[in-house]
Amino acid sequence: VVAVNTSMLLLSSITYGFAMLEMQRGRKNAVLMWLGITGLFGLAFVGLELNEFRHLISEGAGPQRSGFLSSFFTLVGTHGLHVSFGIVWLVTLMVQVAQRGLVPENQRRLMCLSMFWHFLDVVWIGVFTFVYLMGSLH
Amino acid sequence: LSATAHTDDSHGGHDARPGHHPGGHDDAAAHGSFNGYMTGFLLSVILTAIPFVLVMSRTFANPDTTSYVILGFAAVQIVVHMVYFLHMNTRSEGGWTLLALLFTVMLVVITLSGSIWVMFHLNDNMMPMSPTEMRNMP
Repeated sequence: VVAVNTSMLLLSSITYGFAMLEMQRGRKNAVLMWLGITGLFGLAFVGLELNEFRHLISEGAGPQRSGFLSSFFTLVGTHGLHVSFGIVWLVTLMVQVAQRGLVPENQRRLMCLSMFWHFLDVVWIGVFTFVYLMGSLH
Repeated sequence: LSATAHTDDSHGGHDARPGHHPGGHDDAAAHGSFNGYMTGFLLSVILTAIPFVLVMSRTFANPDTTSYVILGFAAVQIVVHMVYFLHMNTRSEGGWTLLALLFTVMLVVITLSGSIWVMFHLNDNMMPMSPTEMRNMP
């Protein structure tokens, strides 16, 4: 699951990059399409994560079970919230771009979300290295 | 200062892309290129795959060795993301983004190492746990 999740986030990072490249060329529909794909990857990520949470809790491995699981749910859950808010922001910007086009204001907003979105991926590197990989070692 | 930096930056952008529209005037260099995103993506895939393989195949007998190696890969991948996705370099905004990043890294390092230091010394600073210990307090 974690490998699939990691690839979802990585793919969403690059599709957001493509949206930015299309923005530079001023192609509104291509921007919207890439943003949409980015959002779908983001949703797939959150969906897989919630499914994993549900599975763990149904096995009795909820956050109250152990110190490891407490920090697991806190860290991974916080990152999931981060992604979810990113998706809300993304949809908002898609509506803005659809209505107003690629005006300078929207370009700046897309720039900001770009940083937010790529940073999600940077944070995820830390999360999967510490929580998943190092967690399965010991 | 920031005005000077701005001028420098938009100059760099115009040199790189002579005929582009005025909308994203100062960001031309900051958005990266298709090749840049693809390089970053491929490097990330490789840098993610190697730690996964190392952990799953138990390449190193000692889990601590694996931990340090995968932490190294994570650190390299974070730098890859910073360079290819977040477009960190010494030129944008006249070097101020890099300075801000370094300041952030410094604060994070102080916070992390400080927290770890405090937590490893919690035991020494605890109240005595039993009545016997309490009576024999120094």
